Amino acid sequence: MMQRFLNDPDDVVDETVSGFVKAHGAQVRLHPGNPRVVVSVDAPSAGRVGVVTGGGSGHEPAFLGYVGRGVVDAVAVGEIFSSPTANSFADAIRAADGGAGVAVLFGNYAGDTMNVKLATRMVAKEGIAVATVIANDDVSSAPPEERDGRRGVAGEILMWKIGGAKAATGASLPEVQAAAQKAIDACRSVGVGLAPCTLPAVGQPNFTIAPGTMEVGIGHHGEPGMRIEPLRPANDIADDMLRIVMAEHDLPPGASVAVLLSGLGATPVNELYVLYDRIESGLADRGLRVHRALVGNYFTSLDMVGVTLTVMALDAELTGLLDMDCTAPAFGGW
Amino acid sequence: MALANRNLGVVVAELAAVIVANKAWLSELDGRIGDGDHGANMAKGFVRAADRGAGQDPTLGAALAVLSDVLMGEIGGSMGPLYGVMFDDMAHALEGVDVIDITAVDTMLKAALAGVQAMGNARVGDKTMIDTLAPAVAAFETHRDKGLAEALARMVAAAETGRDSTIGLVARLGRASRLGERSRGMLDAGAVSCCLILTALAQSLTKRLS
Repeated sequence: MMQRFLNDPDDVVDETVSGFVKAHGAQVRLHPGNPRVVVSVDAPSAGRVGVVTGGGSGHEPAFLGYVGRGVVDAVAVGEIFSSPTANSFADAIRAADGGAGVAVLFGNYAGDTMNVKLATRMVAKEGIAVATVIANDDVSSAPPEERDGRRGVAGEILMWKIGGAKAATGASLPEVQAAAQKAIDACRSVGVGLAPCTLPAVGQPNFTIAPGTMEVGIGHHGEPGMRIEPLRPANDIADDMLRIVMAEHDLPPGASVAVLLSGLGATPVNELYVLYDRIESGLADRGLRVHRALVGNYFTSLDMVGVTLTVMALDAELTGLLDMDCTAPAFGGW
Repeated sequence: MALANRNLGVVVAELAAVIVANKAWLSELDGRIGDGDHGANMAKGFVRAADRGAGQDPTLGAALAVLSDVLMGEIGGSMGPLYGVMFDDMAHALEGVDVIDITAVDTMLKAALAGVQAMGNARVGDKTMIDTLAPAVAAFETHRDKGLAEALARMVAAAETGRDSTIGLVARLGRASRLGERSRGMLDAGAVSCCLILTALAQSLTKRLS
Protein backbone atom coordinates (compact mmCIF):
# COMPACT_ATOMS: atom_id res chain seq x y z
CA MET A 1 0.00 0.00 0.00
CA MET A 2 1.42 3.34 -1.05
CA GLN A 3 1.43 6.07 1.57
CA ARG A 4 -0.01 8.59 -0.87
CA PHE A 5 -3.11 10.77 -1.24
CA LEU A 6 -4.89 8.99 -4.08
CA ASN A 7 -8.31 7.90 -5.20
CA ASP A 8 -8.28 5.82 -8.39
CA PRO A 9 -4.73 6.31 -9.76
CA ASP A 10 -6.21 6.58 -13.27
CA ASP A 11 -8.07 9.74 -12.20
CA VAL A 12 -5.09 11.53 -10.66
CA VAL A 13 -4.41 13.86 -13.62
CA ASP A 14 -8.06 14.91 -14.03
CA GLU A 15 -8.33 15.53 -10.29
CA THR A 16 -5.08 17.50 -10.25
CA VAL A 17 -6.22 19.78 -13.06
CA SER A 18 -9.66 20.19 -11.51
CA GLY A 19 -8.25 21.14 -8.13
CA PHE A 20 -5.68 23.44 -9.69
CA VAL A 21 -8.29 25.38 -11.63
CA LYS A 22 -10.50 25.69 -8.54
CA ALA A 23 -7.59 26.94 -6.43
CA HIS A 24 -6.32 29.47 -8.96
CA GLY A 25 -9.50 30.64 -10.66
CA ALA A 26 -8.40 34.27 -10.52
CA GLN A 27 -5.49 33.47 -12.86
CA VAL A 28 -6.49 30.43 -14.91
CA ARG A 29 -9.47 28.66 -16.43
CA LEU A 30 -10.06 25.24 -17.89
CA HIS A 31 -10.38 25.12 -21.68
CA PRO A 32 -14.14 24.75 -22.31
CA GLY A 33 -13.67 22.03 -24.92
CA ASN A 34 -10.60 20.18 -23.65
CA PRO A 35 -10.15 19.11 -20.01
CA ARG A 36 -6.40 18.72 -20.60
CA VAL A 37 -5.76 22.37 -21.45
CA VAL A 38 -5.42 25.19 -18.90
CA VAL A 39 -5.61 28.78 -20.15
CA SER A 40 -4.68 32.12 -18.59
CA VAL A 41 -7.63 34.41 -17.90
CA ASP A 42 -5.65 37.03 -19.88
CA ALA A 43 -5.43 34.89 -23.03
CA PRO A 44 -5.79 35.35 -25.88
CA SER A 45 -4.64 38.93 -26.15
CA ALA A 46 -5.35 40.55 -29.50
CA GLY A 47 -2.19 41.39 -31.39
CA ARG A 48 0.15 39.84 -28.80
CA VAL A 49 2.15 36.67 -29.43
CA GLY A 50 0.82 33.74 -27.41
CA VAL A 51 3.10 31.50 -25.36
CA VAL A 52 2.29 27.80 -24.92
CA THR A 53 3.96 24.91 -23.19
CA GLY A 54 2.99 21.44 -22.10
CA GLY A 55 4.28 18.13 -20.89
CA GLY A 56 3.55 15.11 -18.79
CA SER A 57 1.98 15.42 -15.36
CA GLY A 58 3.84 14.64 -12.14
CA HIS A 59 6.10 17.71 -12.37
CA GLU A 60 3.77 20.12 -10.57
CA PRO A 61 3.76 23.05 -10.25
CA ALA A 62 5.13 22.62 -13.80
CA PHE A 63 3.66 22.93 -16.28
CA LEU A 64 0.27 24.38 -15.45
CA GLY A 65 1.54 26.52 -12.56
CA TYR A 66 3.28 28.84 -14.99
CA VAL A 67 0.07 29.92 -16.71
CA GLY A 68 -0.54 33.56 -15.94
CA ARG A 69 -0.07 37.14 -17.02
CA GLY A 70 3.36 37.77 -18.49
CA VAL A 71 4.40 34.10 -18.58
CA VAL A 72 2.53 31.23 -20.29
CA ASP A 73 -0.88 31.70 -21.93
CA ALA A 74 -1.94 28.06 -22.16
CA VAL A 75 -0.59 24.60 -21.28
CA ALA A 76 -1.33 21.14 -22.59
CA VAL A 77 -1.49 18.53 -19.82
CA GLY A 78 -0.40 14.93 -20.39
CA GLU A 79 -0.73 11.74 -18.37
CA ILE A 80 1.85 11.18 -15.65
CA PHE A 81 5.30 11.44 -17.27
CA SER A 82 3.72 11.13 -20.74
CA SER A 83 3.35 13.73 -23.48
CA PRO A 84 0.04 15.53 -23.98
CA THR A 85 -1.83 14.62 -27.15
CA ALA A 86 -1.37 16.56 -30.36
CA ASN A 87 -5.01 17.66 -29.98
CA SER A 88 -4.27 19.16 -26.56
CA PHE A 89 -1.22 21.03 -27.85
CA ALA A 90 -3.32 22.26 -30.78
CA ASP A 91 -6.15 23.42 -28.48
CA ALA A 92 -3.63 25.22 -26.26
CA ILE A 93 -2.16 26.95 -29.32
CA ARG A 94 -5.63 28.02 -30.51
CA ALA A 95 -6.52 29.32 -27.04
CA ALA A 96 -3.31 31.37 -26.86
CA ASP A 97 -3.49 32.82 -30.35
CA GLY A 98 -4.30 36.52 -30.46
CA GLY A 99 -3.60 36.78 -34.16
CA ALA A 100 0.16 37.38 -33.87
CA GLY A 101 1.20 33.74 -33.75
CA VAL A 102 2.15 31.40 -30.92
CA ALA A 103 5.53 30.39 -29.48
CA VAL A 104 5.51 26.80 -28.20
CA LEU A 105 8.32 26.44 -25.66
CA PHE A 106 8.82 22.86 -24.46
CA GLY A 107 11.36 20.27 -23.33
CA ASN A 108 13.40 17.92 -25.47
CA TYR A 109 11.51 14.63 -25.15
CA ALA A 110 10.49 12.34 -28.01
CA GLY A 111 6.75 12.34 -27.31
CA ASP A 112 6.47 16.10 -26.78
CA THR A 113 8.48 16.81 -29.92
CA MET A 114 6.25 14.57 -32.06
CA ASN A 115 2.96 15.83 -30.62
CA VAL A 116 3.99 19.48 -31.00
CA LYS A 117 5.02 18.72 -34.59
CA LEU A 118 1.57 17.25 -35.29
CA ALA A 119 -0.22 20.09 -33.50
CA THR A 120 1.72 22.65 -35.50
CA ARG A 121 0.60 20.88 -38.68
CA MET A 122 -3.04 20.94 -37.48
CA VAL A 123 -3.16 24.66 -36.66
CA ALA A 124 -1.17 25.66 -39.74
CA LYS A 125 -4.24 24.66 -41.76
CA GLU A 126 -6.19 27.26 -39.74
CA GLY A 127 -3.62 29.98 -40.45
CA ILE A 128 -2.00 30.11 -37.01
CA ALA A 129 1.75 30.72 -37.18
CA VAL A 130 3.77 28.65 -34.70
CA ALA A 131 7.42 28.98 -33.69
CA THR A 132 9.02 26.44 -31.35
CA VAL A 133 11.93 26.41 -28.94
CA ILE A 134 13.06 23.10 -27.46
CA ALA A 135 14.74 23.28 -24.07
CA ASN A 136 17.95 21.29 -23.62
CA ASP A 137 19.52 22.64 -20.44
CA ASP A 138 20.33 19.32 -18.68
CA VAL A 139 24.12 19.11 -19.05
CA SER A 140 24.41 15.52 -17.81
CA SER A 141 22.08 14.03 -20.43
CA ALA A 142 24.59 14.30 -23.31
CA PRO A 143 28.08 15.77 -23.91
CA PRO A 144 28.40 19.41 -25.07
CA GLU A 145 28.93 18.42 -28.71
CA GLU A 146 25.55 16.65 -28.64
CA ARG A 147 23.68 19.53 -27.06
CA ASP A 148 20.66 18.95 -29.33
CA GLY A 149 20.17 15.59 -27.67
CA ARG A 150 20.04 16.95 -24.15
CA ARG A 151 16.84 16.88 -22.13
CA GLY A 152 15.02 19.96 -20.94
CA VAL A 153 14.63 20.36 -17.20
CA ALA A 154 14.04 23.29 -14.82
CA GLY A 155 15.67 25.81 -17.17
CA GLU A 156 12.37 25.62 -19.03
CA ILE A 157 10.85 27.84 -16.32
CA LEU A 158 13.30 30.64 -17.10
CA MET A 159 12.68 30.12 -20.83
CA TRP A 160 8.93 30.54 -20.26
CA LYS A 161 9.47 33.64 -18.10
CA ILE A 162 11.70 35.29 -20.72
CA GLY A 163 9.48 34.27 -23.63
CA GLY A 164 6.34 35.45 -21.85
CA ALA A 165 7.94 38.76 -20.91
CA LYS A 166 9.13 39.33 -24.46
CA ALA A 167 5.63 38.63 -25.77
CA ALA A 168 4.23 41.11 -23.24
CA THR A 169 6.44 43.86 -24.72
CA GLY A 170 4.53 43.47 -27.99
CA ALA A 171 7.42 41.75 -29.76
CA SER A 172 6.87 39.75 -32.96
CA LEU A 173 6.80 35.94 -33.08
CA PRO A 174 10.40 35.67 -34.36
CA GLU A 175 11.52 38.07 -31.61
CA VAL A 176 9.77 36.04 -28.91
CA GLN A 177 11.26 32.84 -30.31
CA ALA A 178 14.73 34.39 -30.36
CA ALA A 179 14.44 35.61 -26.77
CA ALA A 180 13.25 32.20 -25.53
CA GLN A 181 16.06 30.50 -27.44
CA LYS A 182 18.57 32.93 -25.96
CA ALA A 183 17.17 32.22 -22.50
CA ILE A 184 17.53 28.44 -22.71
CA ASP A 185 20.96 28.79 -24.36
CA ALA A 186 22.01 30.77 -21.27
CA CYS A 187 20.86 28.00 -18.90
CA ARG A 188 22.79 25.00 -17.62
CA SER A 189 21.19 22.53 -15.23
CA VAL A 190 22.11 19.40 -13.31
CA GLY A 191 20.08 17.08 -11.08
CA VAL A 192 21.02 14.93 -8.10
CA GLY A 193 18.73 12.15 -6.87
CA LEU A 194 18.77 10.54 -3.43
CA ALA A 195 15.61 8.39 -3.64
CA PRO A 196 13.40 7.33 -6.58
CA CYS A 197 9.82 8.27 -7.43
CA THR A 198 6.72 6.11 -7.77
CA LEU A 199 4.09 6.44 -10.50
CA PRO A 200 0.66 6.20 -8.84
CA ALA A 201 -0.66 3.62 -11.31
CA VAL A 202 2.44 1.43 -10.93
CA GLY A 203 2.69 1.50 -7.16
CA GLN A 204 6.40 0.90 -6.82
CA PRO A 205 9.51 2.79 -7.93
CA ASN A 206 10.58 1.88 -11.47
CA PHE A 207 14.23 2.47 -10.64
CA THR A 208 16.31 2.28 -7.48
CA ILE A 209 18.86 4.42 -5.71
CA ALA A 210 20.55 2.33 -3.04
CA PRO A 211 20.47 3.76 0.50
CA GLY A 212 23.65 5.66 1.25
CA THR A 213 24.23 6.54 -2.39
CA MET A 214 23.19 9.32 -4.74
CA GLU A 215 22.82 9.60 -8.49
CA VAL A 216 24.57 12.68 -9.90
CA GLY A 217 23.06 13.87 -13.16
CA ILE A 218 19.68 12.19 -12.71
CA GLY A 219 16.86 13.26 -15.05
CA HIS A 220 13.35 14.46 -14.35
CA HIS A 221 11.87 10.97 -14.71
CA GLY A 222 14.69 9.07 -13.08
CA GLU A 223 16.84 8.89 -16.19
CA PRO A 224 20.25 7.54 -15.17
CA GLY A 225 22.85 10.08 -14.23
CA MET A 226 26.53 10.30 -15.05
CA ARG A 227 27.65 8.57 -11.84
CA ILE A 228 26.40 6.85 -8.72
CA GLU A 229 28.47 7.56 -5.64
CA PRO A 230 28.28 7.52 -1.84
CA LEU A 231 26.03 10.20 -0.34
CA ARG A 232 28.12 13.11 0.90
CA PRO A 233 27.48 16.21 3.05
CA ALA A 234 25.27 18.89 1.47
CA ASN A 235 28.15 21.31 0.96
CA ASP A 236 30.07 18.74 -1.09
CA ILE A 237 27.01 18.06 -3.23
CA ALA A 238 26.40 21.80 -3.73
CA ASP A 239 30.03 22.29 -4.75
CA ASP A 240 29.83 19.37 -7.19
CA MET A 241 26.60 20.58 -8.82
CA LEU A 242 27.95 24.10 -9.17
CA ARG A 243 31.19 22.78 -10.67
CA ILE A 244 29.22 20.76 -13.24
CA VAL A 245 27.07 23.66 -14.45
CA MET A 246 29.82 26.29 -14.28
CA ALA A 247 32.13 24.10 -16.38
CA GLU A 248 29.89 25.02 -19.33
CA HIS A 249 29.58 28.70 -18.47
CA ASP A 250 32.34 31.10 -19.43
CA LEU A 251 31.54 34.09 -17.24
CA PRO A 252 33.91 36.93 -16.33
CA PRO A 253 34.06 38.14 -12.72
CA GLY A 254 31.37 40.71 -12.12
CA ALA A 255 28.82 38.96 -14.32
CA SER A 256 25.26 38.42 -13.12
CA VAL A 257 23.37 35.15 -12.99
CA ALA A 258 19.92 33.88 -12.10
CA VAL A 259 19.82 30.73 -9.97
CA LEU A 260 16.96 28.24 -9.80
CA LEU A 261 17.24 25.50 -7.19
CA SER A 262 14.22 23.20 -7.38
CA GLY A 263 13.31 20.28 -5.17
CA LEU A 264 12.15 17.14 -6.98
CA GLY A 265 9.07 16.62 -4.83
CA ALA A 266 10.10 14.98 -1.57
CA THR A 267 13.10 17.06 -0.52
CA PRO A 268 12.51 19.09 2.66
CA VAL A 269 12.48 22.75 1.67
CA ASN A 270 14.92 23.68 4.43
CA GLU A 271 17.49 21.40 2.81
CA LEU A 272 17.12 23.38 -0.41
CA TYR A 273 18.22 26.42 1.56
CA VAL A 274 21.11 24.46 3.08
CA LEU A 275 22.29 23.76 -0.48
CA TYR A 276 21.59 27.31 -1.66
CA ASP A 277 23.65 28.76 1.18
CA ARG A 278 26.70 26.98 -0.20
CA ILE A 279 25.85 27.58 -3.87
CA GLU A 280 25.55 31.34 -3.38
CA SER A 281 28.93 31.35 -1.63
CA GLY A 282 30.44 29.35 -4.48
CA LEU A 283 29.16 31.85 -7.02
CA ALA A 284 30.49 34.75 -4.93
CA ASP A 285 33.88 33.02 -4.80
CA ARG A 286 33.85 33.06 -8.60
CA GLY A 287 33.15 36.80 -8.57
CA LEU A 288 29.57 36.32 -9.78
CA ARG A 289 26.52 38.20 -8.58
CA VAL A 290 23.15 36.50 -8.09
CA HIS A 291 20.62 38.89 -9.59
CA ARG A 292 17.66 36.67 -8.75
CA ALA A 293 17.35 33.39 -6.87
CA LEU A 294 14.42 30.98 -6.96
CA VAL A 295 14.54 28.29 -4.27
CA GLY A 296 11.63 25.88 -3.81
CA ASN A 297 9.60 23.18 -5.50
CA TYR A 298 9.37 24.72 -8.95
CA PHE A 299 9.67 21.64 -11.16
CA THR A 300 9.25 18.30 -9.41
CA SER A 301 9.29 14.59 -10.21
CA LEU A 302 6.45 13.13 -8.15
CA ASP A 303 7.99 12.07 -4.83
CA MET A 304 11.64 11.92 -5.84
CA VAL A 305 14.12 13.01 -3.19
CA GLY A 306 16.53 15.20 -5.09
CA VAL A 307 17.23 18.61 -6.49
CA THR A 308 18.06 20.39 -9.72
CA LEU A 309 20.34 23.39 -9.98
CA THR A 310 20.00 25.78 -12.90
CA VAL A 311 22.36 28.71 -13.46
CA MET A 312 21.40 31.21 -16.14
CA ALA A 313 23.92 33.74 -17.44
CA LEU A 314 22.36 37.19 -17.70
CA ASP A 315 22.96 40.11 -20.01
CA ALA A 316 21.06 43.40 -20.07
CA GLU A 317 18.22 42.08 -22.24
CA LEU A 318 17.65 38.90 -20.24
CA THR A 319 17.88 40.83 -16.95
CA GLY A 320 15.26 43.31 -18.11
CA LEU A 321 12.89 40.57 -19.25
CA LEU A 322 13.46 38.49 -16.13
CA ASP A 323 12.57 41.49 -13.94
CA MET A 324 9.32 42.29 -15.74
CA ASP A 325 6.17 41.93 -13.70
CA CYS A 326 4.19 38.70 -13.99
CA THR A 327 1.70 36.62 -12.05
CA ALA A 328 1.44 32.85 -12.12
CA PRO A 329 0.39 30.37 -9.42
CA ALA A 330 3.87 28.82 -9.25
CA PHE A 331 5.53 32.21 -8.74
CA GLY A 332 3.38 32.91 -5.66
CA GLY A 333 2.41 36.46 -4.76
CA TRP A 334 -0.61 37.55 -2.80
CA MET B 1 -5.31 -12.27 -55.82
CA ALA B 2 -7.03 -9.19 -54.48
CA LEU B 3 -10.00 -8.01 -52.44
CA ALA B 4 -12.60 -5.33 -52.91
CA ASN B 5 -11.89 -2.17 -50.95
CA ARG B 6 -15.20 -1.90 -49.13
CA ASN B 7 -16.75 -3.01 -45.89
CA LEU B 8 -13.31 -3.35 -44.31
CA GLY B 9 -13.97 -1.76 -40.92
CA VAL B 10 -13.67 -5.34 -39.68
CA VAL B 11 -9.92 -5.19 -40.33
CA VAL B 12 -9.50 -2.48 -37.67
CA ALA B 13 -11.81 -4.48 -35.36
CA GLU B 14 -9.53 -7.50 -35.79
CA LEU B 15 -6.42 -5.38 -35.12
CA ALA B 16 -8.10 -4.07 -31.96
CA ALA B 17 -8.94 -7.60 -30.81
CA VAL B 18 -5.29 -8.66 -31.14
CA ILE B 19 -4.05 -5.59 -29.25
CA VAL B 20 -6.60 -6.14 -26.48
CA ALA B 21 -5.66 -9.83 -26.21
CA ASN B 22 -2.01 -8.82 -25.78
CA LYS B 23 -2.59 -5.77 -23.60
CA ALA B 24 -1.07 -7.24 -20.43
CA TRP B 25 1.95 -8.63 -22.26
CA LEU B 26 2.67 -5.29 -23.94
CA SER B 27 2.43 -3.46 -20.63
CA GLU B 28 4.66 -5.99 -18.94
CA LEU B 29 7.33 -5.62 -21.65
CA ASP B 30 7.07 -1.84 -21.48
CA GLY B 31 7.29 -1.92 -17.69
CA ARG B 32 10.70 -3.59 -17.83
CA ILE B 33 12.36 -0.75 -19.72
CA GLY B 34 9.68 1.93 -20.07
CA ASP B 35 6.80 3.15 -17.95
CA GLY B 36 4.45 0.20 -18.38
CA ASP B 37 1.57 1.93 -20.10
CA HIS B 38 2.02 0.72 -23.68
CA GLY B 39 -0.60 -2.05 -23.56
CA ALA B 40 -3.24 0.06 -21.83
CA ASN B 41 -2.75 3.07 -24.12
CA MET B 42 -2.74 1.00 -27.31
CA ALA B 43 -5.82 -0.97 -26.25
CA LYS B 44 -7.67 2.23 -25.33
CA GLY B 45 -6.99 3.75 -28.76
CA PHE B 46 -7.70 0.65 -30.86
CA VAL B 47 -10.93 -0.18 -29.03
CA ARG B 48 -12.20 3.37 -29.41
CA ALA B 49 -11.43 3.32 -33.12
CA ALA B 50 -13.12 -0.07 -33.59
CA ASP B 51 -16.22 1.17 -31.74
CA ARG B 52 -16.39 4.33 -33.82
CA GLY B 53 -16.14 2.39 -37.07
CA ALA B 54 -18.75 -0.20 -36.05
CA GLY B 55 -21.92 -0.41 -38.14
CA GLN B 56 -20.40 1.48 -41.04
CA ASP B 57 -19.21 0.26 -44.42
CA PRO B 58 -15.83 1.90 -44.77
CA THR B 59 -12.97 1.34 -47.14
CA LEU B 60 -9.77 0.12 -45.52
CA GLY B 61 -8.38 3.65 -45.86
CA ALA B 62 -11.39 5.20 -44.14
CA ALA B 63 -11.19 2.68 -41.29
CA LEU B 64 -7.46 3.33 -40.85
CA ALA B 65 -8.09 7.09 -40.90
CA VAL B 66 -10.48 6.74 -37.93
CA LEU B 67 -7.84 4.71 -36.09
CA SER B 68 -5.26 7.38 -36.87
CA ASP B 69 -7.50 10.19 -35.59
CA VAL B 70 -8.04 8.44 -32.28
CA LEU B 71 -4.35 7.60 -31.77
CA MET B 72 -3.11 11.08 -32.70
CA GLY B 73 -5.85 13.00 -30.97
CA GLU B 74 -6.58 11.06 -27.84
CA ILE B 75 -3.64 8.89 -26.84
CA GLY B 76 -0.59 11.16 -26.68
CA GLY B 77 2.79 9.95 -25.46
CA SER B 78 5.10 8.68 -28.20
CA MET B 79 3.03 5.84 -29.61
CA GLY B 80 0.02 8.07 -30.32
CA PRO B 81 1.81 10.17 -32.93
CA LEU B 82 3.94 7.30 -34.29
CA TYR B 83 1.08 4.89 -34.98
CA GLY B 84 -1.23 7.81 -35.74
CA VAL B 85 0.99 8.97 -38.58
CA MET B 86 1.60 5.40 -39.74
CA PHE B 87 -2.13 4.69 -40.17
CA ASP B 88 -2.80 8.16 -41.60
CA ASP B 89 -0.16 7.70 -44.30
CA MET B 90 -1.45 4.18 -45.01
CA ALA B 91 -4.96 5.64 -45.42
CA HIS B 92 -3.67 8.31 -47.82
CA ALA B 93 -1.86 5.66 -49.85
CA LEU B 94 -5.19 3.87 -50.39
CA GLU B 95 -7.10 6.93 -51.62
CA GLY B 96 -8.94 6.13 -54.88
CA VAL B 97 -8.12 2.42 -54.62
CA ASP B 98 -11.11 0.20 -55.47
CA VAL B 99 -9.32 -3.13 -55.35
CA ILE B 100 -6.68 -4.00 -52.81
CA ASP B 101 -4.06 -5.86 -54.78
CA ILE B 102 -0.34 -6.37 -54.41
CA THR B 103 0.47 -2.92 -55.75
CA ALA B 104 -1.92 -1.24 -53.31
CA VAL B 105 -0.51 -3.15 -50.32
CA ASP B 106 3.05 -2.43 -51.41
CA THR B 107 2.29 1.29 -51.67
CA MET B 108 0.50 1.23 -48.31
CA LEU B 109 3.37 -0.51 -46.52
CA LYS B 110 5.99 1.83 -47.95
CA ALA B 111 3.85 4.80 -46.83
CA ALA B 112 3.65 3.29 -43.33
CA LEU B 113 7.42 3.03 -43.08
CA ALA B 114 8.05 6.49 -44.51
CA GLY B 115 5.51 8.02 -42.11
CA VAL B 116 6.99 6.45 -38.98
CA GLN B 117 10.53 7.31 -40.05
CA ALA B 118 9.61 10.93 -40.73
CA MET B 119 7.89 11.30 -37.37
CA GLY B 120 10.29 9.44 -35.11
CA ASN B 121 13.70 9.59 -36.81
CA ALA B 122 14.51 6.04 -35.70
CA ARG B 123 16.78 3.75 -37.70
CA VAL B 124 17.12 -0.01 -37.76
CA GLY B 125 19.13 -1.02 -34.68
CA ASP B 126 17.76 1.66 -32.36
CA LYS B 127 15.49 -0.89 -30.59
CA THR B 128 12.17 0.53 -31.73
CA MET B 129 9.16 -0.44 -33.86
CA ILE B 130 11.32 0.34 -36.92
CA ASP B 131 13.29 -2.86 -36.24
CA THR B 132 10.06 -4.73 -37.01
CA LEU B 133 8.59 -2.47 -39.68
CA ALA B 134 11.60 -1.83 -41.94
CA PRO B 135 12.55 -5.47 -42.61
CA ALA B 136 8.87 -6.43 -42.92
CA VAL B 137 8.23 -3.84 -45.62
CA ALA B 138 11.45 -4.82 -47.40
CA ALA B 139 10.48 -8.52 -47.34
CA PHE B 140 7.09 -7.77 -48.90
CA GLU B 141 8.78 -5.82 -51.68
CA THR B 142 11.31 -8.58 -52.27
CA HIS B 143 8.64 -11.27 -52.55
CA ARG B 144 5.92 -9.36 -54.35
CA ASP B 145 6.34 -11.49 -57.50
CA LYS B 146 5.14 -14.51 -55.46
CA GLY B 147 1.63 -13.16 -55.07
CA LEU B 148 -0.15 -11.25 -52.33
CA ALA B 149 -0.70 -14.11 -49.88
CA GLU B 150 2.90 -15.33 -50.07
CA ALA B 151 4.34 -11.81 -49.92
CA LEU B 152 2.24 -11.12 -46.80
CA ALA B 153 3.47 -14.36 -45.23
CA ARG B 154 7.09 -13.38 -45.92
CA MET B 155 6.36 -9.95 -44.44
CA VAL B 156 5.08 -11.54 -41.22
CA ALA B 157 8.14 -13.80 -40.96
CA ALA B 158 10.46 -10.82 -41.40
CA ALA B 159 8.47 -8.82 -38.84
CA GLU B 160 8.92 -11.62 -36.28
CA THR B 161 12.65 -11.82 -36.94
CA GLY B 162 12.90 -8.05 -36.65
CA ARG B 163 10.91 -8.04 -33.42
CA ASP B 164 13.21 -10.67 -31.90
CA SER B 165 16.30 -8.74 -33.00
CA THR B 166 15.42 -6.07 -30.44
CA ILE B 167 16.32 -8.47 -27.61
CA GLY B 168 20.01 -8.04 -28.36
CA LEU B 169 19.87 -4.29 -28.90
CA VAL B 170 20.57 -1.34 -26.62
CA ALA B 171 17.82 1.29 -26.86
CA ARG B 172 18.99 4.50 -28.50
CA LEU B 173 15.70 6.41 -28.66
CA GLY B 174 12.75 7.07 -26.40
CA ARG B 175 12.37 6.43 -22.72
CA ALA B 176 14.22 3.11 -22.71
CA SER B 177 17.35 4.81 -24.06
CA ARG B 178 17.84 6.32 -20.62
CA LEU B 179 18.66 2.83 -19.34
CA GLY B 180 21.60 2.33 -21.70
CA GLU B 181 23.05 -1.18 -21.35
CA ARG B 182 20.27 -2.10 -18.92
CA SER B 183 17.84 -2.14 -21.87
CA ARG B 184 19.68 -5.02 -23.54
CA GLY B 185 18.23 -8.52 -23.22
CA MET B 186 14.59 -7.52 -23.45
CA LEU B 187 12.10 -7.15 -26.28
CA ASP B 188 11.07 -3.62 -27.23
CA ALA B 189 7.35 -3.17 -26.60
CA GLY B 190 6.90 -1.02 -29.72
CA ALA B 191 8.60 -3.64 -31.89
CA VAL B 192 6.24 -6.25 -30.41
CA SER B 193 3.07 -4.21 -30.95
CA CYS B 194 4.18 -3.41 -34.50
CA CYS B 195 4.64 -7.13 -35.18
CA LEU B 196 1.19 -7.89 -33.74
CA ILE B 197 -0.34 -5.23 -35.99
CA LEU B 198 1.41 -6.39 -39.16
CA THR B 199 0.55 -10.03 -38.43
CA ALA B 200 -3.11 -9.26 -37.74
CA LEU B 201 -3.30 -7.07 -40.84
CA ALA B 202 -1.81 -9.85 -42.98
CA GLN B 203 -4.20 -12.47 -41.59
CA SER B 204 -7.16 -10.16 -41.95
CA LEU B 205 -6.39 -9.42 -45.61
CA THR B 206 -5.32 -12.97 -46.52
CA LYS B 207 -8.51 -14.65 -45.36
CA ARG B 208 -10.57 -12.25 -47.48
CA LEU B 209 -8.58 -12.79 -50.67
CA SER B 210 -10.37 -14.21 -53.67
